[in-house]
This record gives sequence, structure tokens and C-alpha cells, in this order.
Amino acid sequence: MTTRSTNSELHFATARELRSRFDSRELSSVEATHLMIDRIESLEPDLNSFITLTPERALKQAELADQRLRGSGQEPTALTGVPVMVKDNFSTQGVETTAASKILKGYIPPYDGTAVQLLKESGAVILGKGNLDEFAMGSSNENSAFGPVHNPWNTDRVPGGSSGGPGAAVAAGECFVGFGSDTGGSIRQPAALCGVVGMKPTYGLVSRYGLLAFGSSLDQIGPMTRSVADCADALNVISNHDHRDSTSVPAPFADFGHDLEAGVSGMNIGVPSEYLVDGIEPGVRSAFEASLKTLEDLGANISETSLPLTDHALAVYYIIAPSEASANLSRYDGVKYGLGSTDSKTSAEATESARADGFGEEVKRRILLGTYALSAGYHDAYYKKAQQVRTLIRREFTDAFLKFDALVTPTSPGVAFKIGDKTDDPFRMYMNDVCTIPVNIAGLPAISIPGGMSESLPVGLQFIGPLFGDTVVIQAAAAYERATTWHTEHPPV
Amino acid sequence: MDPLTPEDVSHIARLAYIKLSGSEAEKMRVQLTNILSQFQALASVDTEGVEPTGHTTDVHSIMRIDEPHPPLEREDVLQNAPDRDGEFMRVRPVLE
Repeated sequence: MTTRSTNSELHFATARELRSRFDSRELSSVEATHLMIDRIESLEPDLNSFITLTPERALKQAELADQRLRGSGQEPTALTGVPVMVKDNFSTQGVETTAASKILKGYIPPYDGTAVQLLKESGAVILGKGNLDEFAMGSSNENSAFGPVHNPWNTDRVPGGSSGGPGAAVAAGECFVGFGSDTGGSIRQPAALCGVVGMKPTYGLVSRYGLLAFGSSLDQIGPMTRSVADCADALNVISNHDHRDSTSVPAPFADFGHDLEAGVSGMNIGVPSEYLVDGIEPGVRSAFEASLKTLEDLGANISETSLPLTDHALAVYYIIAPSEASANLSRYDGVKYGLGSTDSKTSAEATESARADGFGEEVKRRILLGTYALSAGYHDAYYKKAQQVRTLIRREFTDAFLKFDALVTPTSPGVAFKIGDKTDDPFRMYMNDVCTIPVNIAGLPAISIPGGMSESLPVGLQFIGPLFGDTVVIQAAAAYERATTWHTEHPPV
Repeated sequence: MDPLTPEDVSHIARLAYIKLSGSEAEKMRVQLTNILSQFQALASVDTEGVEPTGHTTDVHSIMRIDEPHPPLEREDVLQNAPDRDGEFMRVRPVLE
């Protein structure tokens, strides 16, 4: 049941619809790319979802894609000719890569990350680099050195984070597919707040080579799209086994779209009660309850379950992720790239001032938190304890998946909040990720899809699967999407 | 837990190589104390004999085949250095 976009709203078409227009010669990739560039130019003053635009490169890639689509050279892929955005923490050869940090202003990577390389090989057209919270640390995209991103549904609101740029761009029709990274919900939460599809695959399915590291045992690249089918297609393009990432899992992988049409009839889906705690907005709760009813009507067996350790997931995450970040971000020393300090007397002073000037407040806070948790005398009480509870959280999920094919939860306890509303209280900001964080702790696949509206803003529905159960969450999400119309609602831009 | 002291904050800031102004250090002290106090509930979880998890997919570190590949172009790498001298990156003296 795909709806066909009219020409006036072609920018809201799915990647599959766009590809079928390429195939029928109604439209070329160069034309689609021009359409996007014009739209970006008109919307960016209000949204700020791009940090860097690369229109000349994009048009060259589009010309090559058109040749490929017309049958010269390699077989086209699902993304050939499709204009996309990559988050600005993806290393792109010859194109400035900042991770939204002042410390990397002017950094031109000498290499492409693996996901970017695979996108280029697939014939995708890369329009530019998406805005984010600095080093992917944040839930609102307010921590960017290049200014906040505005939610296209209501520009006084945040788009979520940290992949706020791709989230807003996909929702607003500034690109057809966005690529983000998800360490504690950074794809799924902005997908929910912007009303698009966002997926964090099983840890290790997409190479992290060339992804500017935040929390290495948690980080995973994934797609943000306007349909579940597009999400599966995009994941097929970017997943591989990569010898440059020692945590990359061995291929070959299944076609992630294999079970798109299989439905949820007879599927056992659990609802963990801990995800519906106090603090969840009434509008999100009622949208979620309506979604459960939809799934039941589709033949799924829905039952409540309990994952008691969920209550500890936030603490585990905010110890492990900052600890890993404090080590990963030690490379920004003002010597090799980015911001330096030439007026310091000693090497140590130069590093201290480059980092003082270059890092924003949230990044400093997390580096200090992680440094504390790893420091002598505190390591066992914080870092080791968190890693042990991590083991117990994994076991709790493993046990749940003996009974259930998938779990379903809200993606975020609330809809998009006002810019500036939560910036004074870091812990309150961290609570935004309470439904997404446990997934990263356990390395699981999860997808957020449009699952209702509250206060005229989108609500996300999250499916969580067992390790390597990526096709299962895609299957459940696709069935829900076919039965509802939330994905056909677009922001007023 | 006891609140962090100004000395605690200056110690970790030194370990992390981040220079903090006086007001910044005090703000961090209050916020980090608040965040750490939210973590204290973890102590109530029984983890006796539980192995820590560092990695989730049970894939053990995979080594690539040891064959040479072309390195990055030197000029492409060096152009990013904030301070360089020919084919070298310049750093401040390590010892005064």
C-alpha cells in the first residue's frame, strides 16, 4: 500500500518511489538533486540541518548515477541516484568533517569511512553533512558548535538528537535518506521526534571505520528514512564485514528486506512495563496504547512483561559511554588536526587550552565524568560495576527473547520539546533516552517508526529484536506501517 | 555520596587535559555531583561473581590478514596540522 506522491510533493516521496521514477525515465537523478538543492536553500535558514553542503560533488555523482541507471557500467542499486545526507561525524575524504565541534573546524579527512565508501559505490548522491550534537553527545541537537537544528514540525522545538540534522532533513524533504549514528538512541529518538523511520542495527553489522568514535562498544551507524522498506534497502547498502573494524561481524548478511511483507500474525510481542513509567506524557501513552491495539488487530500476540533492570540502564549507560568517550576524545590534542594553540609555553599547556577552547560544555562534562569513573579508586565502584550490570541487562533481554519474537515500547517518553527547555539540567536531558539506551547496552537491533501524533507533533513507536534479529524488527515495523497512515503525514514545510 | 570537592574537579580536569575557569569548575562540581548521586542506586544490584561486559556480540577481536596497503597521502594528512614545519607537525616543548 504505497501512496504515490504528486509532483508538487516529490520531495516527500520515498527512495523506492524515486527509484521507480528513475526507472520509468520520468525523472533523472540530476533533476532530483537540483530539486533537493533548491529546497535545502529555501529551508535551511529555518532548519539548519546541514553543516556542510556539497552541491557540485552531488551533481557530479548524480550525472554518474544517471549513466548507471541508463545501463552503462555497473548494475544500479536501491540507492543509485538517490540524494542522501550523512551525519557530520562520518569521515568524508576531501570534505570538512567537524562532528559539530569547534575543535575540528577546518578538518579535511584524508579518507572515507566504510559506510561513506559503500554509499559512493552504490551510486548514492551525497548532498552534504548533517548537523548533530557535538561528538554525538546530546538528545536535542542543541549542543552543536554550528547552532541548533529546528524541528520542521514546529521550528520552536528541538528535532531530537544527536542525529537531529538527518532527522529534520528526512522529515522536511531535504534529502531522501539520512544516515546517522546511535550510541544511546541518537538515531531512534530524533526519528521519533521528527516523524520518520530510524534504525539502529545489531552492533557490528555496519562498520565503524571512519565514524568519529564516541562510545566504541555502543556506537552503531544506521539509516533514517520515510518508509520501512527504504530503511531495509539502505541497511543492505551500508552493512558489510570490514577488516578495518575489529568488531565488525562476519558476513554474509540476510537481505534486510526479506520479511517486509511477512506480517505480524502469530508473532509474540512483549511490552516491558518498565518503559511505561511516570514521566511518560499522556499523549505518548495513549498513542502507544492505540498502537498495541493495531498490532493485536493484525494478529500479533501482545503481552506484558517485566525487565526490572531497565531502571538501572540509564546509570550504566552514563558511566560506560562517558568512560569510553574520555578515552576516545583524548586524540583531540591540538597537534594533528583542528584547533591548535601556538601561544602556549609547553606541550601540556597547548593541549589543555586547545581542549578548553575547542570542546563545548556537554563534551567537557562527559569527558570529566568518564575520567572520574575510570580514575584510580573509583574504577571498580563505577566502570566495573556498570559493566557487570551490563551483563545482567543483556541476560534479561536474552531471557525475554526466549518468550518473545520482539518487544515494543514508546521510543521517547515525550514529543519534541521547546529549544532551551532542558539545557540547564543535564540529568533531565539524559532522561530523554530512557527507552532507547537499554538497546545499545545489549547491542540489539531496534527501529523507531511513526506511531501517532500528540500536540500536533509526531510520536515514535520502537520495536526491539534479539541480537541479529534485524529482519524481525523490520518485519513488525513494516506490518504496522501498512496498517496505519502516520508515515504519510508530513511537516508543514 | 559526598559532594565532589573543588580539588576533585581540578584533579580530574588535569587528568583529562581540560583547563577550566573558576566558574566553570564550580558549575561542573555541582552538576557532576548531581549526576554521580543518581548512579548510587547501582550499588544495590547484586553483581557477585558476574563477568563484566565490554562487548556485546561475542565476536572476538578479528585480525585482518597482515598484508601491506597503500598508506594515506602524507600531504593530505599534514595539511590538517595546526602548526607544521615542512613534513613535520610542530609541538611545543615537552620539557621547559
